[in-house]
Amino acid sequence: MKKILILGGGTAGTMMANKLFKALDRQDWEITIVDQHKTHYYQPGFLFIPFGIYNKSDVIKPKGDFFPSGVKVIYQEIDRIDGDNNKVFLMDGSSLNYDYMIIATGTQTRPDETPGLHGEQWYKSIFDFYTIEGAVALQRFFKTWEGGKLVLCIFELPFKCPVAPIEFVCLAEAYFTEKGMRDKVDITYVTPLPGAFTKPIATKMLSQLLDEKNIKVIPDFYLESVDSEKKVIKSYDELEIPYDVLTIVPVNMGSEMVERSGLGDDMNYVETDKETLQSKKHENIFVLGDAANLPTSKAGSVAHFAAEILFENFMNAIENRPLTAKFDGHANCYIETGYGKGALIDFNYDTEPLPGTFPLPGIGPFGLLRNTKINHYGKMIFRWIYWHILLRGKEMPIEAHMTMAGKKNNID
Amino acid sequence: MAQKTIAGQSIDLNDEGYMVDASQWNREVASEMAKEGGIELTDKHYEVLDFLRAANEKGETLTIRRVGKSGIVDIKGLYKLFPGGPLKYSSKYAGIPKPASCI
Repeated sequence: MKKILILGGGTAGTMMANKLFKALDRQDWEITIVDQHKTHYYQPGFLFIPFGIYNKSDVIKPKGDFFPSGVKVIYQEIDRIDGDNNKVFLMDGSSLNYDYMIIATGTQTRPDETPGLHGEQWYKSIFDFYTIEGAVALQRFFKTWEGGKLVLCIFELPFKCPVAPIEFVCLAEAYFTEKGMRDKVDITYVTPLPGAFTKPIATKMLSQLLDEKNIKVIPDFYLESVDSEKKVIKSYDELEIPYDVLTIVPVNMGSEMVERSGLGDDMNYVETDKETLQSKKHENIFVLGDAANLPTSKAGSVAHFAAEILFENFMNAIENRPLTAKFDGHANCYIETGYGKGALIDFNYDTEPLPGTFPLPGIGPFGLLRNTKINHYGKMIFRWIYWHILLRGKEMPIEAHMTMAGKKNNID
Repeated sequence: MAQKTIAGQSIDLNDEGYMVDASQWNREVASEMAKEGGIELTDKHYEVLDFLRAANEKGETLTIRRVGKSGIVDIKGLYKLFPGGPLKYSSKYAGIPKPASCI
């Protein structure tokens, strides 16, 4: 009996477990998932919690509900991978052998990486919204806040879901407008990037949007430290920005297990072939989702598209065929913009987000790089799709590879 | 893509002014490009440029954090050397592609 080990039972690991379990003969293959946590979070929903649109119960389910019965599950922290000997050591001292492995241990927020952040003001005047704890604490804070300077600061690249901070300030703008106190809240978006987003055409559209909403953008700000007593953030080139409440995208890093295993880059992301999704160090190790050091977004949509490619290459590998499936870095992100509207972007390694319609050329129903109501419905219905189709590894009516059909690239 | 004569040599540049062919690089080209950006290159600057070129050749992902851990200069020092956009400018003068921001 051959053994497949999946490290991490989040979005990526769960999708792969479902796909492989369906495809492989149970007499010949044993699939094991290892994860230290038992709760699955619908992470796109975290964004809605500070504004009372979702609550905690809307975004959590037991991980076990989504693993196929017949897959072995071990709830344990992973110590390290010994890739040369096809062995994984767990924190309780036990070890597991494997023939093939998929690393899907994701990315984590690391507030401890920034001086001055994780102190007494944490969850009093400084909040993240990438964890359930941060999102819930911020909801509580906003309920009674009387206004002042709301600063959103992105600390470092890469970070999970690059559109989330844009969505956050848009939703905050709508929230305080609806509360009748928009005039008392000054919203500033601070980023290390040269503009609101990385790619020029999307940046133009999103900058206009933020400008219309009277949200100030401060680009090229690379944060060095937070002075939580003086309530200022400081950059490496000694600029200071004052705040009353600081909402943050903390430094993101891959699992420390990756570092202990010697498989990662500086940020603990696993060095991965960006097309085949194979580890650069071991032929029988593949990497899926945020854990990989791919030059594309860290996002569930990327993990979903990559999962189809990985599945093909995994089948190729176990049947001794060349890894012919190539991932193109496809990402597809809904951007909530407040007031029941949303925008949508679709892009890959080589093609930046362009305007047009999605998924059907000329028809849509979704508008790319346009702010529409139907895009917002797409995002809201996605939660159902996520729990019922995506995690369970079922087919979605969207191609894994990005297509130019429906996109307009002849704009100035 | 455009061609420009820098330090007496014809250099291929992309739309953003980054060199397309790292082999066309030499210290004089770097010095003249930096001067245009208002920076007089010192030995410390060149140490950073050499580090970037070597890392780029090995296919490493370049980030400000990576340079900060290089032992040549810390992040604050890097900002002092290349004010405004340390990695953006240092990679330009190192003759390597603009680092992808990985988004």
